[in-house]
Amino acid sequence: MAKLNLTLKIWRQPSPDNDGWIETRKANGIPTEASFLEMLDIVNQEILEEGADPIHFDHDCREGICGMCSLTINGVPHSKEEGVTTCQVHMRKFNDGDTIWIEPFRANAFPVMKDLIVDRTSFDNIIAAGGYIDVRTGSAPDANSVPIPKDQADWAFDAATCIGCGACVASCKNSSAMLFVSAKASHLNTLPQGQPEKDKRVLAMVRQMDEEGFGNCTNQYECEAACPKLISADNISKLNRDFALASAKEAVATV
Amino acid sequence: MSSPLLSITKLWSSSIGKKIVVALTGIVLTLFLAGHLSGNLLMYVGEHAFNEYAYFLHHMLHGGGVWIARIVLLVCITLHIVATVQLTIQNRNSGTKYQVDGTQRSSLNSKLMIWSGLTIIAFIIYHILHFTARVGNEYNNPDLYKVIYDGKEYHNAYKMVIDGFSWFPATLFYVIAVTLLCSHLSHGVASIFQTLGLRSSKTDALINKGAKLYSIIIWVGFISIPISVMLKIIK
Ligand code: SF4
Ligand code: FES
Repeated sequence: MAKLNLTLKIWRQPSPDNDGWIETRKANGIPTEASFLEMLDIVNQEILEEGADPIHFDHDCREGICGMCSLTINGVPHSKEEGVTTCQVHMRKFNDGDTIWIEPFRANAFPVMKDLIVDRTSFDNIIAAGGYIDVRTGSAPDANSVPIPKDQADWAFDAATCIGCGACVASCKNSSAMLFVSAKASHLNTLPQGQPEKDKRVLAMVRQMDEEGFGNCTNQYECEAACPKLISADNISKLNRDFALASAKEAVATV
Repeated sequence: MSSPLLSITKLWSSSIGKKIVVALTGIVLTLFLAGHLSGNLLMYVGEHAFNEYAYFLHHMLHGGGVWIARIVLLVCITLHIVATVQLTIQNRNSGTKYQVDGTQRSSLNSKLMIWSGLTIIAFIIYHILHFTARVGNEYNNPDLYKVIYDGKEYHNAYKMVIDGFSWFPATLFYVIAVTLLCSHLSHGVASIFQTLGLRSSKTDALINKGAKLYSIIIWVGFISIPISVMLKIIK
């Protein structure tokens, strides 16, 4: 069984108010079949045995569906592997003797809480502003009672695979949340169920996004490259279009 | 505040709204470049054609046309600069910075936008002082820059261009600025489509190629003139 000896350069920060620093730590004897987070578990076990404070990082499902894990590995959120979350990165992708830089998802709108854990409440606020539909409660409607053309269903489904991890923000040179917001908005805006509140939704979500202090998209598509769910920047194009139309309608309505 | 004004303020204060302003003013400026270039290429047709064209520009709508164009361009450039500078400042303060650079996709042109843009402004100011306001040169001197065709008096804009580019530093600055303009356009033109919601992954390759082709045409067209002057192809 192959083992790796690695040097880790890890961001440590005791609390939001403290300055952080890069801590250098050896990680020896890491099995290649370990996942990246298991590698950190092994390191944390050693730290605990030393009686020190373990490295704090976010995780939950560890199978790429929940969106909790959030590490920037060698400068790339979720590592440079395409279409995977941090928890799906495996140590067999690294070589013996490698130095690995591990940092939090960085953006002012994602303040560091401790070490590698960031606060992504700003995303929740955007969803609360418009990422929902108003429906009558009651029993579930019959499947296919609302016919949806295949291309629309596909688009909405692809957009809906966004797990809200925030890698798009963390990879963006401007910390823009456009890929996330556009995925969430266009998921609902594409479906018949989302039509009644479409304009209201687009305006509210974009305004909340600006409010939270995310930057402005400069069409460089770093987000697309970093996104573990391969969400397409076509959604951003659609959001721009929907926002322009909604703004125009709003302007006309107020005259 | 009246409601239409309120809507404009709202649009301007939103990230996408400001980008829409950048895209729309960008369209005007991009199209202006094509017009400007086609006029300039008359340098190859000859002195007569070029001077008559310059005369036409200055006299259409009784001289009002050129001022309408100037005002429209000034408004567009001002909005374009103010919006992009504000957006860039916000972006620089938005907090994504890592110890190691993990850039995967951003093109060099896209990273240079603010710097290519600011150089272009400096160039435009210089260019206007040089050929429009004609500061620090003799281009307004009727003894040197007057020609008569069929008994009608024309300003010899043709000779002005040749003299203007006979001084090497002017040509050098011109070539550098136009090169950065080409870089600016190759990201900017493609971005217009994305910002206005007209791009998709299906049309992406076409839009990128079109933007590159357009910026190369602009680049070759504009720099060919001072180079032809330097090489005495135009004289
Ligand atoms: S768009 Fe992709 S990178 Fe952004 S939050 Fe959703 S899944 Fe994560
Ligand atoms: S821990 Fe759930 S996606 Fe990684």
